[in-house]
Amino acid sequence: MAHAERKHPQVKVYLTIWFWLFVLSFSAYFIDLMNLPFALKAMLFTAIAFMKAGLIAAYFMHLRFEKLNLIYTIVLPLILLVALVAGVLPDGLSALMSRW
Amino acid sequence: MHSETRAVPLEEVLKSDWGGGKSPFAVSWGKLMMWLFILSDAFIFGGFLTGYGALRISSEKWPDPGKVFALHLFGYEIPLLLIAIMTFVLISSSGFMALAVNAAYNRDKKRTVIFLLLTCLFGLTFLGCQAYEWSKLILEGLRPWFAPNHPPFDGVRNFGACFFTLTGFHGMHVLTGVIYLSIIALRVAKGIYERRGSYEAVEIAGLYWHFVDLVWVFIFTFFYLF
Repeated sequence: MAHAERKHPQVKVYLTIWFWLFVLSFSAYFIDLMNLPFALKAMLFTAIAFMKAGLIAAYFMHLRFEKLNLIYTIVLPLILLVALVAGVLPDGLSALMSRW
Repeated sequence: MHSETRAVPLEEVLKSDWGGGKSPFAVSWGKLMMWLFILSDAFIFGGFLTGYGALRISSEKWPDPGKVFALHLFGYEIPLLLIAIMTFVLISSSGFMALAVNAAYNRDKKRTVIFLLLTCLFGLTFLGCQAYEWSKLILEGLRPWFAPNHPPFDGVRNFGACFFTLTGFHGMHVLTGVIYLSIIALRVAKGIYERRGSYEAVEIAGLYWHFVDLVWVFIFTFFYLF
């Protein structure tokens, strides 16, 4: 237990994060029920998804309390997913455009 | 350090963490390996979601998920109700998992077991909802390779392919997680970690479970809400 004494969050922090995850999920659900333009909905959904993912990774998975080396090792490679989307998107978009 | 800005030689920076004889990540090997597994798993789901996005954007029509996953209650059609319940259930399980990890930090054997079992229970509830959802759509004629030629599916075969692949892979992760957490709960109850003097196994299992919840956030958003 060499690292046992490192800082870890108290129950209150977990409960707060839990509460916000519920709030964010329900707001996403209600935004879906509302009659909003698709682009606005898409933006709100994506923003909420990344907020939830951030809360889960940072607090529930303790990533915030880890050493910077570990945070970079886990988070930086995920940039490759942006490259994946960027590589696939032109193909889908050209199919979308060809139908207009 | 603040008053004078002195360039620190790169070797010194590297030596401070990576010079050998030190733990650059300051975590145990088990936790590091779980993190690396999660990273690779994130790429699997990232690939699936990107593939789904490419299929959907280039597809002429796409079924309205609000209609496909609506529940009929008291004569009303409530869109996405089952999915909202599933999200609620999975977030609850993640919360209980966080409490289990917290109890494990405090070396509270009884509470750790109780919260782990609650996590498993909510995980099983999620799987039950998913089994209901799958059987409902299969009864309506949806297959991974086929979609009925009437609303709400309109013969969009890629919808079935994406639905069964995404939710199937995620559900398999939930099932694996329930089995994994049950084993950990059993080992906590047997006092194995108490004797070892470290409850870190609970924390590592928690990383996996929270990741499964995190993946659901993106499936919920990009498959069901969009």
